Amino acid sequence: MSDIEHQVTLWRDHMAKRAGVTAEEVDELEDHLRGHLEQLEASGLNEDEAFLVAVKRLGSQHDIAREFARENSQRLWKQLVLDGTEGPTRAKGDRGGWLPAVLFAVAGAALVKVPTLFGLTLTDDIEFYVRNASLLGLAAVAAYLLWRHRAPAASVISVAVAFGVLAVAANLFDSGNTDVLAMTALHVPIAVWIVVGLAYVSARWRETEARMDFLRFSGEFVIYMVLIATAGGILVGLVGAITELAGYDPSGFLTEWLIPCGAAGAVVIAAWLVEAKQAVVENMAPVLARTFTPLFTAAFLGLIAVVIASGNVADLDRDLLIACDAVLVVAVALVLYNLTARPANARHGWFDWIQLTLAGSALLLNAIALANIVARITDGWTFNRAVVVGGNVILLVNLAVSAWLLIQTVRERAGAVPRLERWQTAFIPVYAAWSLVVVLVLPPLFGLT
Amino acid sequence: MDIPKDLVAASAAPLVLSILVDGPSYGYAIIKRVSDVSMGELEWTEGLLYPLLHRLERQGQIRGSWGASESGRKRKYYDLTDDGRAALAEHRSQWRAVAAALEESWGDAKRMMIAATPNGMVTA
Repeated sequence: MSDIEHQVTLWRDHMAKRAGVTAEEVDELEDHLRGHLEQLEASGLNEDEAFLVAVKRLGSQHDIAREFARENSQRLWKQLVLDGTEGPTRAKGDRGGWLPAVLFAVAGAALVKVPTLFGLTLTDDIEFYVRNASLLGLAAVAAYLLWRHRAPAASVISVAVAFGVLAVAANLFDSGNTDVLAMTALHVPIAVWIVVGLAYVSARWRETEARMDFLRFSGEFVIYMVLIATAGGILVGLVGAITELAGYDPSGFLTEWLIPCGAAGAVVIAAWLVEAKQAVVENMAPVLARTFTPLFTAAFLGLIAVVIASGNVADLDRDLLIACDAVLVVAVALVLYNLTARPANARHGWFDWIQLTLAGSALLLNAIALANIVARITDGWTFNRAVVVGGNVILLVNLAVSAWLLIQTVRERAGAVPRLERWQTAFIPVYAAWSLVVVLVLPPLFGLT
Repeated sequence: MDIPKDLVAASAAPLVLSILVDGPSYGYAIIKRVSDVSMGELEWTEGLLYPLLHRLERQGQIRGSWGASESGRKRKYYDLTDDGRAALAEHRSQWRAVAAALEESWGDAKRMMIAATPNGMVTA
């Protein structure tokens, strides 16, 4: 390829990356650029000079793209549902199309029904589904992500083995103890989602940036799922109402087929949407995090005031402890999703102070909760207490170090933000490990097997 | 002379349609033609022309089709449709009305300006 062809190709690539400019429009602009080139060369300029002048005459790419985007503003939205074949940056061999996503979704929906072949129905064997829902429902998402990201064999095997281990873990102890069942139902999905993360990052699992991408993916995924679930709820309601009007009882069809299969399909579609539309509705989760950080900070400060004013610090209600765990989860999530949208070179500002206040107030609330639960433990450990305290300690450590790193950020210590990213992403395996401890180690420890 | 943006934008669609009356053409040639017929007073940018072409195409006033240039390169040609001809006729009557009104009022203004000069008063 001659030098000038190379230059034109580079120019094309830059142009194509602009949102709102389609491949056909780039073709048309390229013809225009070459029109300039021919005229300039005919008037005696050499290739390089002609290229420089032609690009200059064509106007800045930014300006052109803006004009195109203004004319095509509806196209930015269209890309939400189209498969992007007329989108700006669809390369050959890209696996982002809608058809594979739909096929994986159908496979996921079918997988949910596999246990019924062995006589396990949702109505009669609810416990089986409580234990295995996340495994059955998210296997197709993991498979789709592995396929989509062309994961190497090692990643595929790791994810498959992890699913196998979790399947055993989820069903190992059948103690009839409802606490164990509840905690298993709560912690297996956490571990499964982290395995989905392994499928997402595949070979890049060691890299902080890849893990951050997975966290971004998770945030957007939740938002898409909420939207899909809302529409799905309307669908279920309508189907139910119409079947009933027709004189049939829809409950069996709805609970055995439509809801579980719909949900299993929806998770794959949500994963596809997040991946395919990254650039279009980019990062809703950080917007929510940014909006709610000040509000939650105010709420936490209010809670501290209430707890202190109640004068009942040493003997708070048990439910408040669980609420405090939720407070920590919220605080960590807000810090995390504020982090995911933070530009690498951003200077610190007032918002860091708010985050710091958020972390500080959450830590204080948690200190009160921990003091309280430790006071109760004088009358012995139980399985539930071990789980609540363990989770609390993990989140506490996370948030305490995060708060320390936020202080560094506010003090403009170099590298504080990357360190916060490394810290948060390094913690992901800890959550998975703790989930396994809750499911596999704690029940036998308390003789609940 | 610097023609304001609003005026350039308002005259853009009628100009494109008028140029296409002479037969199909493509982006680069249209910009050159605009420059020629305006004696260089109108220098359109690509950011103005192509979105305009695409809008007119969407509205059905022109029809785009991919062809090849003399050197065999992929090139998009635009042709006027019947809707485009009708739209052009409408543009012409509108612009003629505006131009006539301006000319007419400038004629009045000229007379008034002459009447207002000291010289004019003396002769009056």
